[in-house]
Amino acid sequence: MADYVLSPELLESLQSKFPGIEVDEAQVVTVPSEDLIPFMTEIKENPGYAMDFLTNLTAADYQDRFEMVYNLVSLAHCRTLTVKAKIEDKDNPRIASLCPLWGGADWQEREVYDLLGIAFTGFPGHPTRIFLEDNFKGHPLRKDFQWQGGREA
Amino acid sequence: MKTQTYTLNLGPQHPSTHGVFRIILELDGETVVKATPVPGYLHRGIEKLAEARTYTQVIPYTDRMDYMAAMLMNWGYVAAVEKLMGVEVPERAEYVRVIVGELSRIASHMIAVGAMGGDIGAITAFTYTFRDREYVLDLLEMVSGSRMTFSYFRVGGVAEDLPEEFFPAVRKFLAELPGMCDEYDGLVTGNEIFQARTKFVGVIPPEVGINYSLSGPTLRGSGVNYDLRKVRPYGVYDRFDFEVPLGQNGDCFDRFWIRIEEMRQSGRIIQQALEQLPEGPIQAKVPKVIKPPVGDAYVEIESSKGAYGAYLISDGSPKPYRVHFRRPSFINLGYLGKLCEGWKIADVIAILGSIDIVLGEVDC
Repeated sequence: MADYVLSPELLESLQSKFPGIEVDEAQVVTVPSEDLIPFMTEIKENPGYAMDFLTNLTAADYQDRFEMVYNLVSLAHCRTLTVKAKIEDKDNPRIASLCPLWGGADWQEREVYDLLGIAFTGFPGHPTRIFLEDNFKGHPLRKDFQWQGGREA
Repeated sequence: MKTQTYTLNLGPQHPSTHGVFRIILELDGETVVKATPVPGYLHRGIEKLAEARTYTQVIPYTDRMDYMAAMLMNWGYVAAVEKLMGVEVPERAEYVRVIVGELSRIASHMIAVGAMGGDIGAITAFTYTFRDREYVLDLLEMVSGSRMTFSYFRVGGVAEDLPEEFFPAVRKFLAELPGMCDEYDGLVTGNEIFQARTKFVGVIPPEVGINYSLSGPTLRGSGVNYDLRKVRPYGVYDRFDFEVPLGQNGDCFDRFWIRIEEMRQSGRIIQQALEQLPEGPIQAKVPKVIKPPVGDAYVEIESSKGAYGAYLISDGSPKPYRVHFRRPSFINLGYLGKLCEGWKIADVIAILGSIDIVLGEVDC
């Protein structure tokens, strides 16, 4: 799997264009939420990266933050990239929507909104709930969601 | 005189929606003006349930997502756990995984082909493919004890070795498989009415397919050569010689025809895997209690419906902190609303059949 990562030169040029990003040894890039759209536009449109395929969009509920996880693939260069974005505000989590860039982000963001309650901004009428009823209260995948029955979490 | 559009509900109970799936159609006469897919009728909260189970206890849940190709569902999940733990799977186990995974793929494609034919009205396709699928289910029952929800994979390998009676039976099946595919081609693929219903219907341009994160036969129908077994080979897939069929027009017919060709290629892969099958253990040495180190991992494999991935976050305890499944049917369905616009109601059924969804996987 190590063959499918970005070359060090490409990573360095990304770091110089976006000084706020952090890259760890597994090449996972953490982007500040404000820079998300410029960063994603750059790696999608710039033919050096050509990350045209958004393969996975999800989020996780940690104790101190929400974290968005994006997995991108470049079909032309056969490379993958994992991008994370932290959302520090747990009471009103919001981040920019990737729908203007990738149509595939639409349903996946709706799933994250439905189950975790993260609002995606920048696209009118989006997101709406997708699995649960429209008048459902709460977001089940959050760690503080009380559920009845079954084994204790 | 005034005309207006009306709303028709292709309700969750419908013989052709491949499960409990609802599309709200806004129609002008018989032409679809707007289609709003409404999933969620089979949402069982598997991702939440997985947080309260140990890593091995999650495996039966993965069976129930895409129950038509349950072996492949198991595979993606245990591959993610193995990546997180750094476990190396023994060679014999990798080959056994390929054999049962490809058999599961054949079974899934038989359903896709049969159900799509049956939805359009070619019930013959349905009966022939379901009859032939029984051979595959018998083989998988010999291996795992179950016909549909196998739970055969384990972290580090597979649960049991292939029994003795499996080998002559699978060779007999592989000898008959090309004849089965020829039969489907003769009865359905070349049929004039079937072609009129599916050719140039529901065309997906390749750039749109890539932008909407489509994968599997839905994307390859448009000519995009993206098969994870070839592009980023996992396990021992780089040792096999097989082709990836690609469509030309991106219409329903291409997506149908690709699946029949993929069945032939899967037969070739199983043949080669049987010839190359080495001796050895079928499970790596893993501790009794699976406790991956803190961290996360994302692994994708090529399932019968598309790229299937599992994203795992571990906090060092025996239970996963977060499991997310990248489900190809769910993401492929995201484009359905736009794809149906401008077609007639009958074409909506053909389009839905050609995308080949399984509601267990869509709703998770």
